[in-house]
Amino acid sequence: MVSVTSMSFIIALYIFMLAAFTGYVVISRVPSILHTPLMSGSNFIHGIVVVGALEALFNATSWPAQLIGFLGVFLGAANVMGGYVVTDRMLAMFRPSDKNKNANDKKGQQ
Amino acid sequence: MFIESVVGLAGLVAAALFIYGLKAMSSPVTAVKGIVTAGYGMVLVIAVSFLNIFRTTPEAHPHLLVNLGLAVIAMVLGCVWAGHKGRTVQMTEMPEMVALYNGMGGGSAAALAAVALMSSHHDVNLLHLAITFLGALIGCISLTGSFIAWAKLNGTIRKPTRFSGQRVFNCLVFVVTLVLGLFTIFSYGSPVALLPGILFFIAALFFGVCMTLPIGGADMPVVISLYNAFTGLAVGLEGYVTDNPALMIAGMVVGSAGTLLTVLMAKAMNRSLTNVLFSNFGDSSGEGSGPEGEMKSVDASDAATSMNYASSVIIVPGYGLAVAQAQQKLYEFVKLIQADGVDVKFAIHPVAGRMPGHMNVLLAEAGVPYDMIYDMDDINESFATTDVVLVIGANDVVNPAALTDKSSPIYGMPILNAYKARQVFVIKRGQGTGYSGVQNSLFFQENCTMVYGDAQKVMAEMVEAVKALGHS
Repeated sequence: MVSVTSMSFIIALYIFMLAAFTGYVVISRVPSILHTPLMSGSNFIHGIVVVGALEALFNATSWPAQLIGFLGVFLGAANVMGGYVVTDRMLAMFRPSDKNKNANDKKGQQ
Repeated sequence: MFIESVVGLAGLVAAALFIYGLKAMSSPVTAVKGIVTAGYGMVLVIAVSFLNIFRTTPEAHPHLLVNLGLAVIAMVLGCVWAGHKGRTVQMTEMPEMVALYNGMGGGSAAALAAVALMSSHHDVNLLHLAITFLGALIGCISLTGSFIAWAKLNGTIRKPTRFSGQRVFNCLVFVVTLVLGLFTIFSYGSPVALLPGILFFIAALFFGVCMTLPIGGADMPVVISLYNAFTGLAVGLEGYVTDNPALMIAGMVVGSAGTLLTVLMAKAMNRSLTNVLFSNFGDSSGEGSGPEGEMKSVDASDAATSMNYASSVIIVPGYGLAVAQAQQKLYEFVKLIQADGVDVKFAIHPVAGRMPGHMNVLLAEAGVPYDMIYDMDDINESFATTDVVLVIGANDVVNPAALTDKSSPIYGMPILNAYKARQVFVIKRGQGTGYSGVQNSLFFQENCTMVYGDAQKVMAEMVEAVKALGHS
């Protein structure tokens, strides 16, 4: 029992370690002009917590647990939806100038 | 077993899509595709997670229908409320909106921990419990901390709350929280654990408030970014507790990315993270002795004329531009002088706007293409060879005192070298100082001329002046 648990904890540490490096590498190449949408985008991604909150609510057995679970799902859903809408709105506004677009097209043709 | 595999695979796909999406967000060309990709992952993983209703614990079976109903109602309410808010929020109010959504994520993680603690009394393992509590603690701090940050940014809380012995008091609150948590962990399963368990959550929530209250408004972007990382971390830890690798990966990716982003932001503001959290700055309004001398001023139309005949112009926008809602007029002016052959660039300081990158969003909203916008590092060399620099609604970020005056509170902060240009025009409402309360020595320089007035009105006058030139 003990050995199984500690093994899975070690695996968890491996996952955490790899995920941490992934996050670091992915972000370190983002230009500062995208920092605000990026913060909001990563904010959207941790909205996945709603999945855990849903599972917890499904397993609730008392009304206090149901109440808090309800709150958790509500908050998580708002995190997901709000994060997505706000990020999408911001990113949709970024566009290159026409002049440059043409230049790129020409480059593509050559 | 089958359902478990489906749920697990959906989580795997979602985690991959999240990482791919974040990566795509690293370039403005692919950024929209990035968030949409991540969105698909989220829809998939949430939809599939409803299958979990078929593999609940036997104790929960009598409550299944109620729980499912509650879940659907909560999902719909959360999505409708946040979707509406997100679609209608002004771009200038984006920072507090991000803070709000982030706090809600932290709250969700804390609630998840609480429900998990209440529901399952078997499979008790000290390590599991400790990680559940750690995640709950971080989630709670992120929840109330983000809400305080939100209130500060939208002006509900105007002054940082400070009292003597605050640091000791905050430490005490933190220690009490930890002790309550430890006590609950070691008495878990017995009825004795209930009260300290509840008190633990209250204390953790209270600590989030205590931690954020003394931090000044200017440091809020760093704080929001930090809490973003906190929420990610809390989600990752709760993912371990609930045996959900997708949560672990998504949470930890955001946790580390958010930490890096926080450090980058703090560095750009010339503040170390410990400074932000433990020293009281961000609203200092001390009257700097500052430089003495005359400030020259000129009409908007004269300034516009000399920009129209320049060969190169760099525009330095600050948050004051957005406050005056002058972005549209500014871009209209830029297009006019561009048509006359003037080379126009925008220079953005890392802390322009209300958080890093915010100014870019505000300019993008006005239609300014992103390839006209340059970062500080890319453009600072160009100022010396530029004819005219137009500073609008920015102040501290062009103050040369940050480079030369060791007594200045902003000494050491990197600035845009606007002072090196042949001619600098500064549009400013009055003679007041900037956010830091420091007088700007640039304004007294020989090559600097002030244009007083509301930014929107000044820009309208400039547009008129250039149009008049075109017709003559």
